[in-house]
Amino acid sequence: MSTQAYTTIEAIVAAKEIVVVCGPGGVGKTSVAAAVAAMAAAQQGGRVLVVTVDPARRLAQALGLSTAFSATGGATKRPATSGAQQVPPAAFVKAGSPPRGELWAEMLDTKQGWDNLVARHAPDRATALRILENPLYQNISGRFVQSHDYIAVERLYELHSEGAYDLIVVDTPPTRNAVDFLLAPERMADFFSSRLLRLLTVPYRSRLVDVASRPFYYVADRVLGTQFLEDIAEFFILFQTLSEGFVKRAREVERLLADRRTTFIVVSTLETVPVREAEAFMRLLPAKRLHLGGLVLNKVLPEYLTEARLADRAELLCSLAPAVAGRLCAPGGPLEEFGEGLVERVLAEVGTNFNNIAVVARREAAQRSELSGSFEVVASAPELDEDVHDLAGALQLGRHLWSAGPGRL
Amino acid sequence: MHPEPAVLARKLLFVTGKGGVGKTTISAGLALLASTHGKRTLVCEMDAKGDLASCFESGPTRFEEREVAPGLFAMSMDPEASLRQYLSLQLRLPRAAGIGPMARMFDFVASAAPGVREIVSVGKLCWEVRERHYDMVVVDAAASGHIIGQLAAPQAINQLVQVGLVRQQTDWMLEILSDPEVSGVLAVATPEEMPVTETIELAERLKEETTVSLAAVIVNRVLPELFVTREEQAFDALRQPAATELLAAQLGGRPEPLLDAARLMVRTRRSRASHLERLRAALGEHGGTHAGAHAGTHTGTQGSLEGGPHSNAPGGGERGAPMLYVPYLFLRSSGLRSTRQIASALAAELEAGLEPGQEADLEPGQEAGLEPGQEAG
Repeated sequence: MSTQAYTTIEAIVAAKEIVVVCGPGGVGKTSVAAAVAAMAAAQQGGRVLVVTVDPARRLAQALGLSTAFSATGGATKRPATSGAQQVPPAAFVKAGSPPRGELWAEMLDTKQGWDNLVARHAPDRATALRILENPLYQNISGRFVQSHDYIAVERLYELHSEGAYDLIVVDTPPTRNAVDFLLAPERMADFFSSRLLRLLTVPYRSRLVDVASRPFYYVADRVLGTQFLEDIAEFFILFQTLSEGFVKRAREVERLLADRRTTFIVVSTLETVPVREAEAFMRLLPAKRLHLGGLVLNKVLPEYLTEARLADRAELLCSLAPAVAGRLCAPGGPLEEFGEGLVERVLAEVGTNFNNIAVVARREAAQRSELSGSFEVVASAPELDEDVHDLAGALQLGRHLWSAGPGRL
Repeated sequence: MHPEPAVLARKLLFVTGKGGVGKTTISAGLALLASTHGKRTLVCEMDAKGDLASCFESGPTRFEEREVAPGLFAMSMDPEASLRQYLSLQLRLPRAAGIGPMARMFDFVASAAPGVREIVSVGKLCWEVRERHYDMVVVDAAASGHIIGQLAAPQAINQLVQVGLVRQQTDWMLEILSDPEVSGVLAVATPEEMPVTETIELAERLKEETTVSLAAVIVNRVLPELFVTREEQAFDALRQPAATELLAAQLGGRPEPLLDAARLMVRTRRSRASHLERLRAALGEHGGTHAGAHAGTHTGTQGSLEGGPHSNAPGGGERGAPMLYVPYLFLRSSGLRSTRQIASALAAELEAGLEPGQEADLEPGQEAGLEPGQEAG
């Protein structure tokens, strides 16, 4: 690699107010988000918040927080705006990094997020209650697939505008596709301005008059039954009272994501499938006028594994194993006590193992050089001995990412 | 000896897992295995990412299923196309006439009535099973965070919708999904903290929120065990200067990188062993297939983590889902070759579960490392 000065995570984070950590599933987004936030709190100071909406509540584990505090608002009576929990400074001290700032963590409850949105945008309390009690609403907010993405960005907007934090690091929810997260506000706005919603909320009697829409209602009636259709219509008539607030908010959220104070850090491993998804995502960012801060490669194998002369040496070890074992186990030899047969097996295993891992390491190196042709790799981290499950682990990962540039491991 | 149906005897399998654990390759491998057992098999990718096609090197998959190997058909889910197909069958609407309203219809249904998108997708697969078009339908389903929504959708809709075609549809869908002889979920995990945690949560939520049973847990990318206790002691001795100098002289170069790589493997495997142990404990595994005992339960010098007999204890109380172990594949690239290897690893696991006397046919590289493990255990 050349001696050119690289952008570092440290520099990217220092200049931004919102860092969105995104990428394909299983690459360690949550750990990277926790690591970046922990490093920012430790090194740069200020109030740093790390947010996740992950239903599996992984960040809680990653930060060593109990999951109890995020129980649905009703039980704990905690308003969503104060759901954040501070990581005790003592934990930093214990991990060997006395913090300059504060680290806070928050986990979002999708259901609670929706309830808050309804409460905020409903014209009056009675309408809000009718919506909240509607069975369709309860299904939308609690149960089904698409609702996490929007709540994540919505909450991000809210947190940012409250201005309580100097830096907000967001671990994005698991989506079917990383891109879904970006499109969430747009989809929400589209939904409210759609012709379908209008079709749906037209009073029942006038439907029969409108010839153009008749086939639509015919099919809808046959499929869902008139009663359900009526229920849906009633619900959406109520829901439409939120529309103005929702659409306005969705636009503001979009603007915030595109703001210069916001940056996206894309995380990937060097496995084929995640790389492909990360690439697609990184190409979409500029198309949406969003700022790509950089690409972080996680869980990469050490580079020495790709060296050809070491592969030759491993081959040699396999073929010489009997002879070398003989030497090692000769009277007075260092491994005499173990016996030739056993030592021979161990040597062959060492050689075979090297060549096995080398196959994977070379595959990774190829992926990496392909990627770095189009995108700037700002940091990479090895697979750690242990998953990040506490602050010390987050900081350990963070130190790999922080100022290393793309430095090969 | 296995009162519950063997995995391959079911007709509809939803393969799920945390993102990145390899559920698409496992789906592909399982479908390939079923088809080589003479079952007419359909494999369906739910999220239309196109990864399934690369597992068969077959060109892109579409909603219309295509034969990618003898007796093996692949498709990708398209809820709108699925709804259209369903409506044209149910309402006998001429296809051409229905297109305009149908497109709007779908948008309407999907966004207005939550769960309908799920019903339409899962419904298509249930329908293939009900009509006996296939002996086996393997679904590369949503990730574990989302699968519950898909599988619970029929019940949710049933509570909301009292009459109409959708109601009729959810009734028979529930019948198919709730029958453990017919349908089941295969949870894929890798032996790492988060995938294991999600798998445990998934098992609980399946039980509480859906009527679909957990057919098995597949542990993917199990690393080989290089050394048993005594061998590891020898390995440690090898890393002492007296031995490394001798090795360096024999090899004409430093042996440390080779030894480091072996140590990396040993340590990574060891750090994962505890997660596997946690998974087994949480699932109350009953089966512990023969090959599984090789690949998973033996943790070398991790003697203290060994459950010993408990991992093979046939259900004293509640019986859990069987666990199947698929080794890490050290391959140059993914594709048909790795799909085949996964199929054969799964075959070894399933056969070992059925006929405990038979030796599993793992990859040669694995065999060497795993076999001595059993002696030491």
